[in-house]
Amino acid sequence: MNAEVEVEGVTKRFADTLALNEVSFTVGQGEVLALLGPNGAGKTTLIRVLTTLLKADSGRARVAGLDVREDARAIRSLIGLAGQYATVDELLTGRENLELIGLLYHLDKAVYRRRAQDALERMSLTGAGDNLVKTYSGGMRRRLDLAASLIARPPVLFLDEPTAGLDPRTRNDLWQLVSELVAEGTTVLLTTQYMEEAEHLADSITVLDAGRVAAEGTADQLKDRLGGNVLEVRVTRREDLERAASLIAGLGRDAPRLDPKERRIGMPVQGGPRELIAAGRALDDSGIALDELGVRRPTLDDVFLALTSSPPQATVLTGAAE
Amino acid sequence: MTDLTTRPGGPPPQLSLRLALRDVGGITRRNLLRIIRTPQLLFMSVLQPTIILLLFRYVLGGAIRVPGIDYVDFVVPGIFLEAVLIGGMTTALALAQDLQAGMIDRFRSLPMARPAFLAGRTLADLSRSILALGFLIGLGVLVGFRFHASIGACLGGVALIIAFGYAMTWVYAAIGLTVKDPQTAQMAAILPMFILFFASSALVPVATMPGWLQPFARNQPATVTINAVRALFEGGPVFHDLWQALAWCAGILAVFFVTSLSLYRRATA
Repeated sequence: MNAEVEVEGVTKRFADTLALNEVSFTVGQGEVLALLGPNGAGKTTLIRVLTTLLKADSGRARVAGLDVREDARAIRSLIGLAGQYATVDELLTGRENLELIGLLYHLDKAVYRRRAQDALERMSLTGAGDNLVKTYSGGMRRRLDLAASLIARPPVLFLDEPTAGLDPRTRNDLWQLVSELVAEGTTVLLTTQYMEEAEHLADSITVLDAGRVAAEGTADQLKDRLGGNVLEVRVTRREDLERAASLIAGLGRDAPRLDPKERRIGMPVQGGPRELIAAGRALDDSGIALDELGVRRPTLDDVFLALTSSPPQATVLTGAAE
Repeated sequence: MTDLTTRPGGPPPQLSLRLALRDVGGITRRNLLRIIRTPQLLFMSVLQPTIILLLFRYVLGGAIRVPGIDYVDFVVPGIFLEAVLIGGMTTALALAQDLQAGMIDRFRSLPMARPAFLAGRTLADLSRSILALGFLIGLGVLVGFRFHASIGACLGGVALIIAFGYAMTWVYAAIGLTVKDPQTAQMAAILPMFILFFASSALVPVATMPGWLQPFARNQPATVTINAVRALFEGGPVFHDLWQALAWCAGILAVFFVTSLSLYRRATA
């Protein structure tokens, strides 16, 4: 399969921070790759490099077989970009927005007029097509933004956090649209902070952390990489949380993660049943009351937490390991 | 152009002048639609010079004597210039807004001609300035201003005001792309307007200003342009002022076109 996006050792420095550090990966034609990472991991910087908005300090990147440095303008006619912030003009109608973008892609007038109409229908915006965008809801704007990025039918599509801030229903609609595009052969590179989104849409996932590739593979490969299972404990009384964690810490392959709000402890373990029984016995012997005790397969969240340096706020890493 | 998904292969079509002008047309139209749909901004850009005109015609003008010319004929051309300067301020504001909203990212990711985005911005703002100028010429005549020279010279004077205003929109473009924040852009854009308009021969003769200010006030572009415009409206020798004014316009345009374009290429919100 041809690589539609090739990134090789791309590095970008801003003042004293290394935004991208020797990043390399490829996306095959017709594939979806999710760039997963916390805020500040370098996802948007990478998208900006690949969409010719920003020049990398070093390294090489090719999109649709063209070099982002040398063939920037040619690349621009072969890509679509839908942003984190719905970049549509509030004071134009939906149709005017689409037609303007079509014109600027240098499509013929008859072509962009017809496609704008098609796009409005496809995005269920027909009724609102001639209303000013400032009257649109967030979900409508996002759909219009996506439609605008598709008006030239580009073979490569870049989606920078396409569903950030959308309600679940609108998000599902957008996922559906992206899946349709992929079925038609579009190559998609999307950034996201949501594991669920990466798992749902992507053929492969590249985890970015602090500017470097922390891991890559399919969702299952990433989970296997973490190995084993996750032991989960939910204590009845919040004040038991720390003590429970230190009691079972010796059973894990990694330090237990505490979620005080949920009174929950999650800990990667090598095996499963044996650790479950040992943990149950140890906790019962010390008289700690439990609401839940179990073993589950790791989720992509667990992978993400294990691989990246900045865990979500709710999780507290303890130094309770042996 | 085909209706099929474009595939790489073969060199991309060269960006012809025709396509570049079509880009400029598309962006200009977008900005004109925005102007029409925010009539309150259009109204404000006419209101401000109207107030200054009435203030200097009726409130302060009675106390100002300018040898050899009626004060109304002296001050009104200055206000015309102010009207195009204040029109340019919205260029800075609009560009900062587009930058923050991510519109500039979107446009820069398209195969459109790079200068077309700024050209479309400045041309739309120029159209609005011309509209405001038309209104103020009518108002000026109403309060007693008269053209004394040939129709050709007078049209030349109006054209010079427009040319100066257009050159200045590129200064405002550079300001907008530098400060990046709409509120700051609005404040920052007032500065050149204040300096160029108040420290010029627009409202009072330069000879009445303190000695330390005179060298600047006498030679800065707004004064030179206003003097040329007055000479064109009044009839009389214009050659010296005119070529200097045109040189300023050309110089400002050239320097700030290049500056703004370079800022646009590297723009990040």
